[in-house]
Amino acid sequence: MITRRDFFKKTALGIAGAVLPLAALEIVDPKKIFAEVAAETTSVRWAFLVDTHKCVGCGLCVKACKLENEVPYDANVARTWVERYVLTKTGKLYADSPKGARDGFTTAKIDENADGLKDIKSEGIEKAFFVPKLCNQCENPPCVQVCPVGATYQTPDGVVLVDRTWCIGCGYCIMGCPYGVRFFHPVYHTAEKCTFCYHRITKGMKTACVQACPFGARQIGNIKNPNDPVTQVIRTQRVGVLKSEYGTKPQVYYIGLDEEVR
Amino acid sequence: MVHGELWTVKDLFVLPNEYIYWSIQIVMYPFMTGLVAGAFVLSSLYHVFGIQKLKDMARFALVFSFALLFAAPMPIVLHLQFPFRGIEIFMTPHFTSAIAAFGIVFFTYGAIVASELWFLYRKHFVDVALKLREKQDKTMMEWGTYLIFCTLTIGVYDVSEEALHRDEKAIKFLAALGIPVACFLHGYAGFIFGSVKANALWMTPLMPVIFIMSAIVSGIALCMLTYILTMEIRKFLAKRKRGSMMGTQSQQQLQSAEISVIQMTAKYLLAFLVAAISLEILDLIFRGYTALKSWDVLRSVIYERDFKDIFIMQYGIGNVVPLILFLIPGITIRRAIVGVMLVLFGVFMMRWNVVIGGQAFSLTFAGFMHYHLPIIPHNWETFKEGLGGALSIFIMPFVLFWIFSHIFPIFEYKEAH
Repeated sequence: MITRRDFFKKTALGIAGAVLPLAALEIVDPKKIFAEVAAETTSVRWAFLVDTHKCVGCGLCVKACKLENEVPYDANVARTWVERYVLTKTGKLYADSPKGARDGFTTAKIDENADGLKDIKSEGIEKAFFVPKLCNQCENPPCVQVCPVGATYQTPDGVVLVDRTWCIGCGYCIMGCPYGVRFFHPVYHTAEKCTFCYHRITKGMKTACVQACPFGARQIGNIKNPNDPVTQVIRTQRVGVLKSEYGTKPQVYYIGLDEEVR
Repeated sequence: MVHGELWTVKDLFVLPNEYIYWSIQIVMYPFMTGLVAGAFVLSSLYHVFGIQKLKDMARFALVFSFALLFAAPMPIVLHLQFPFRGIEIFMTPHFTSAIAAFGIVFFTYGAIVASELWFLYRKHFVDVALKLREKQDKTMMEWGTYLIFCTLTIGVYDVSEEALHRDEKAIKFLAALGIPVACFLHGYAGFIFGSVKANALWMTPLMPVIFIMSAIVSGIALCMLTYILTMEIRKFLAKRKRGSMMGTQSQQQLQSAEISVIQMTAKYLLAFLVAAISLEILDLIFRGYTALKSWDVLRSVIYERDFKDIFIMQYGIGNVVPLILFLIPGITIRRAIVGVMLVLFGVFMMRWNVVIGGQAFSLTFAGFMHYHLPIIPHNWETFKEGLGGALSIFIMPFVLFWIFSHIFPIFEYKEAH
């Protein structure tokens, strides 16, 4: 007769033995294989170019983005926004982005949130400029690294996307982004971010913000294509990226980036 | 309304998408896991290092740690936008994320605590099961108890000297194994914060170590508090039933047992408290000395905006006052109660100042955010991420402890005789 001890021993052995070969098996998903092959052979890497000299802070890009990407119009979040920087002759910096500049900058007063509106005399201003912001689609994205369930991922052509059916809403990616581009979607309640209008660019169209910009301050291109106008500018001119010290390798390049830009 | 907008007040230059996304429940999460880890370490002091004076406390702390274990993941569940998708952390863990390891660490730790408890109480399960088995005409209640205890024995009824000796060995092994795992469980909670490079206040390799130390402090403090409370209740009962019941301990016996346990435990509390404070001060000094780009905004948060929370509430009331209370010789129960409650408050404030303080400034380093804890809930979200949710989480382990104490007898009556 088999003793209980032996029974348990043999059961454990049997299970362990069965699990090992089973673990070696993998269900092959054709889509996954295609994606892996595509990642190796892809000749596209999306990059963005912002010419801050051309931006006037009209906010048409923000408006277009909200409408295109179904981010509720009145919600105080935005996939892309424009910041205004004002440096005074006394060396003080003022900056704001009221409602993400959805309606542009309609007053010369600086919106200091709880501190109210700050009036700055124009003769006291040393320099002032606008800086559009959007997701940097980092080469080394910290948001993808910290997602505990793999709901956010990087596509082979370099864009970081969120799977709304898989996001658990922990907010770790929002905390992990040094650029503050992520937020919870007010309707879907999942992590939300700029996708470079992935649904458009993969069909040969421009992003909504690029298309809406009347001054050509925003451009999107394929950095792997040497003949792409965006690539040529990035290669031949002096451009900068935001917060390179975080090692994220951002792929939004700025012409005329000031050191005061946060 | 956008998540976080309700309790966030922005000041100066803050990015449009910035809100206090991690609110009170994320304060509760490290606080609760800290208590779990601390309670376990306390119980291991007896089982592994054989500190005899902690024997009574060890048993108590282990059961309490088990009760706390169930409460530890609850804050995360309440915090998630999709609580029912939380299971994905276990099903499809993405291992580059610190949170993904939660399933493995938590269940490993849970298994260790559960097995240690089983070995510790095996004899009791067998005794109860056998006693009830022999009993004729059982009531419904007794049938239920009988079934529970039969299940708990997992079919092992061997309580010979030899078998019990083997149990003791197993307990010692599990307790020893549990210490690094408990530290890992909590150190990793510190890692979740310490590894966020985007956050200037959180990012420091000291974070896991600071978390472990304060965890042990809080765990010991909570065990002491609960121990004192249960002893007071027992004393009260002993007083009422004096003379009428044979076999219960007298009030004096309880009193002397209580004070000696508290004296001993307080020593360990002090040691870990000093370690925790030293590390935190080291971190602060280091930040000031190296004065990186972020220091300007951190300094105005630490020394100006959050001065009251950090230096008065946390270091003052939560650390220095209890330190003095415990250092004055001749500790009394009353002083111990005040001391441990302040210590618990201090550790809570430390978690608060890390989690909320870390979001008190903008990524622009030129703006600030203030957090207003929702006190009166007006919908589910303001309840779960408000005072109500936090209190529910805090009460949960005590309720569980009360339930568990019916299965695992915490005080051994026989030994006093």
